[in-house]
Amino acid sequence: MSAIKLTVNGKSVSADAEDRTLLVHLLRDQLGLTGTHVGCDTSQCGACTVHIDGRAVKSCTVLVGQANGSKITTIEGLSRGDELHPMQAAFRDNHGLQCGYCTPGMIMSAVDMVHRHGGKLDEATVRQELEGNICRCTGYHNIVKSVLDAAGRMKVANAAE
Amino acid sequence: MYETTYHRPSSVDEAAALSARDAEAKYLAGGHTLIPVMKQRLASPTAVIDIGRIPALIGVEVSGDMLTIKAATTYFDIMNSADVKKSIPAIAHLTSVLGDPQVRARGTIGGSIANNDPAADFPAAVLALGATVKTNKRSIAANDFFKGLFTTALNDGELITAISFPVPAKAGYSKMRHPASRFALTGVFVAQMKNGDVRVAATGASQNGVMRVPGIETALKANWSASALENVKISPNGLIADIHGSAEYRANLIKVMAQRALG
Repeated sequence: MSAIKLTVNGKSVSADAEDRTLLVHLLRDQLGLTGTHVGCDTSQCGACTVHIDGRAVKSCTVLVGQANGSKITTIEGLSRGDELHPMQAAFRDNHGLQCGYCTPGMIMSAVDMVHRHGGKLDEATVRQELEGNICRCTGYHNIVKSVLDAAGRMKVANAAE
Repeated sequence: MYETTYHRPSSVDEAAALSARDAEAKYLAGGHTLIPVMKQRLASPTAVIDIGRIPALIGVEVSGDMLTIKAATTYFDIMNSADVKKSIPAIAHLTSVLGDPQVRARGTIGGSIANNDPAADFPAAVLALGATVKTNKRSIAANDFFKGLFTTALNDGELITAISFPVPAKAGYSKMRHPASRFALTGVFVAQMKNGDVRVAATGASQNGVMRVPGIETALKANWSASALENVKISPNGLIADIHGSAEYRANLIKVMAQRALG
């Protein structure tokens, strides 16, 4: 067992966990943040994507010890109260989800993508950058549309701040 | 996953001391190979020694005609390094087609080399460029480092600290990606060194892991162009045959990927 200290969605969190615990299990089982999903458990599907120190990673393939001391953002940490994050709003407006299982991971990857590319995103880049996230419902078309829409909204939001 | 003990040493010496105390411990960097095999219970280290945050193991340096990438540098940081893009852009390209964005955020060059997966990308660059693998004990030439499937010249407890690549005159990498795993169905790295030497390495093709391709090297030494490879025949002997492709298919891919790597 180790004492793990994290900042999760802006709040300091301490938890005791076995050293073999994966970050996704700490988030879901001990912290109750079940928005982060386990899809494949083999680092392929991306449903477990969260941000560690600002970078999108697959939390099913990170030991809690590796994350110790880091800032974690999960899907629960994106909205401001009832106000959806622009990426979440764009997914809703563009019908970017069907069953919704992959959606938290898609959104966490997409937010990181927009941050890394600034406003310069085109369809080909979005499709390439979403390689680490698998969706079995939508055929990706509306997901790509949502990300492109959100990239514009986030640019506007950043400019307003 | 079986129980294990996690350590986060702050220096290479501390990591090596932890390893020396426990023969069943394993070094952990990005963990994107080790953690999956631990989950499958194919590996059950008593302890994992996390070297991923040791400052001396992270970063890129260029000195004269040598590009040095430290072992725990992530693919993401390699891909975006101005020094890598300027000195050996083929390595930046290789990193950009490896895995996916989340995997690149965690996986490291040292982990790739130490694991020596027969379909991993970086062994092809290391072998083709005749790089030097530096460890906490010694320097190992690429020719002597890769010893077959998942096998290297590393001794128990020996830790890769950096990989030094001589900057070539020209280099390129092309791979046929497995669409699901993104590993190389076959990938070829071609390099023309500044002394005129030509070295070509293929990954994902041979049953023994990464290999040089002498037939292509000879042809490219005479004429550095895709057309020079038109009549080169690659033997399927010893190549991988599986549900994804026959040995003959991979033999052809070696030639085609080499041609594409030439740009």
